[in-house]
Amino acid sequence: MDLKKTFEQDEEVLLRPVREVNRNYYITVGILSLIVAWAFFAYFYQLKRGLGVTGLNRPVYWGFYITNFVFFIGISHAGTLISAILRIAQAEWRRAITRSAEVITVMVIFFGVASILMDLGRPDRIFNIIESGRFQSPLLWDVTSITCYLTASTVYLYLPLIPDIAIMRDKVNKRKWLYNVLSLGWTGTPRQFKRLELVISVMAILVIPVAVSVHTVVSFVFAMTVQPMWHSAIFGPYFVVGAIYSGIAALIIAMALIRWVYKLDNYLRDIHFTNLGLLLFVMTLLWTYFTFSEYLTTFYGAEPTHMAVFWSKFSGEYMLEFWGMIVCCFVIPVIFLSNRKLRTMTGMVISSFAITIGMWLERFIIVVPTLANPRLPYERGAYHPSWVELSLLAGCFAFFILLYVLFTKFFPIVSIWEIQEGRQHAVSEVAERVRTYLPDAHTEEGEAQAFSREQVETARP
Amino acid sequence: MAKWGMVIDLDKCTACQACVIACQAENNVPNSDPEAAGTGRSIHWMEMLPIVEEEYPHLRMRLMPRPCMHCEKPPCIKVCPVNATQIGSEGIVGQINARCIGCRYCTTACPYTVKYFNWYKPEWPAVMENHLNPDVQVRYIGVVEKCIFCHHRLQKARDLARYEGREMGPNDYIPACAQTCPAEAIYFGDLENPKSSVAILSKSKRAFHLLEDLGTHPKVTYLSEGV
Repeated sequence: MDLKKTFEQDEEVLLRPVREVNRNYYITVGILSLIVAWAFFAYFYQLKRGLGVTGLNRPVYWGFYITNFVFFIGISHAGTLISAILRIAQAEWRRAITRSAEVITVMVIFFGVASILMDLGRPDRIFNIIESGRFQSPLLWDVTSITCYLTASTVYLYLPLIPDIAIMRDKVNKRKWLYNVLSLGWTGTPRQFKRLELVISVMAILVIPVAVSVHTVVSFVFAMTVQPMWHSAIFGPYFVVGAIYSGIAALIIAMALIRWVYKLDNYLRDIHFTNLGLLLFVMTLLWTYFTFSEYLTTFYGAEPTHMAVFWSKFSGEYMLEFWGMIVCCFVIPVIFLSNRKLRTMTGMVISSFAITIGMWLERFIIVVPTLANPRLPYERGAYHPSWVELSLLAGCFAFFILLYVLFTKFFPIVSIWEIQEGRQHAVSEVAERVRTYLPDAHTEEGEAQAFSREQVETARP
Repeated sequence: MAKWGMVIDLDKCTACQACVIACQAENNVPNSDPEAAGTGRSIHWMEMLPIVEEEYPHLRMRLMPRPCMHCEKPPCIKVCPVNATQIGSEGIVGQINARCIGCRYCTTACPYTVKYFNWYKPEWPAVMENHLNPDVQVRYIGVVEKCIFCHHRLQKARDLARYEGREMGPNDYIPACAQTCPAEAIYFGDLENPKSSVAILSKSKRAFHLLEDLGTHPKVTYLSEGV
């Protein structure tokens, strides 16, 4: 089979979701839009009546919205960070998965930002942050870091899209004007490719420190206060690890859905899932290690104000959420991911769902119990979310999925040109790279480092 | 420059809560209804802190009046993203309601939990609506508020002294809670003035501060009881 035919086949399969729309797509979009519309209604209700319609109170001033904020920003680490690391590490299996990962980042950050807006008592005064912003406040660090991350991630998503947009401009008979504008006159000359790859690699390096800073400063919002079980030096790295952990889980779910809905088994192959599953397992253990360190340190130190929070999580009011988190983030993933027999597609998807739920619970368990147990002997606080908060949580998820679905209908969710480039160059490049790892050998026939399978077979006694 | 501070003598305090009511009336703090109180949303700049000592059957219940501590190193002002809470040159920790965006970061950062949020639009019974204090702004919905040591009284006292062409005297500026206290348990004055009652009392052997070990340096001093 010649290269050209293979390329055409790639384009045919990968552009099919963009070209064709079916009934299921309309049903999905319809249901998601309904949930989003309901969430908008809930938000306007809150806007009109004030935050009194939530379950928040004194001392539990922060609840679902801040939990969602930390959670969504965490999920956003799926894409850009993982994709950047895989690119820099020259992991060849990245080609089919980077796009679907990067889209998660860009789409989900909006809901992190939106969660903060929902939490504000006076969203109409949001521009005070610019007008009278104070850099001593960790919240302003968040504003800076997240804005930077959103910008960098959007650029990082867009750059590798350009050649694919050009393919669509030439081969898809839809939205010609849009693809025409977005393709920036791409013609696919070697010079353009060289430049593009240079920019992508520069961006890949740039986004890593930004991504790490994002979740670090999110944790600093809590860690910089003196409140029990918030004021902890482990929070920065703990949040980053948790973010990558929940991000990979979200990525596996997204990829499994894409593969199932668009029948891309040949592109999102089992090996991709296996590799991500192993990465997820490593993150499970890392997360468990951090959680263990955090709670053991608190327990052993046994300061009364800290212990009040500790016991409320361990055996008190927030017991269900705490142990739910342990089951979802430790027990289930370890069972499914540590064992080759259970590390199947189903096993990985089950673990990923569990981790997503568990990591949301983790954020909740960090935010609420500390506030519910203030230092002074007031009445202990309680927090029960209202229908508004639940609707907005559902709305955020639905809106995120909706944007993701729409993206797959506008752009190929698996990078076409990177797959093609892989077919064209990667095999020989990797072979060449492996050769450079091996020591030089001098024989009578000449110099060589590696040998073909036949040579090895015949050489064996 | 003056440093305003308060001393609360727990030996004299009868926990009558007149200070709580005086504060409420002076500062246009909206009345809370049973629903708001039940969900922990009522606002009390001055609140009674319930302290339970020992265990049943030797239970001992105490109530401590708790205004804002007006820390010299306030954890709340550090975290505000818009500079809506600041410490003034005379040590009063103020709140700029018109700038506050309602993020409630200061309320969560305050280890004393003395900051309050306006969950609802403030409302008063019809008879009270015409009796609000004209010196104090009625807060908006969605912003944070707190005890400001009746700062408006300081401004008034200063204006009056200037008008009368004299220095401000020790009794010119006194917050509503201290003025009202029937047991005279609340002292208020300038901590920088070594002759003021607060400066003398805050060096008393009975003096202590809430959560002293956090290094916030509160300017509200308590005198322990039963010594």
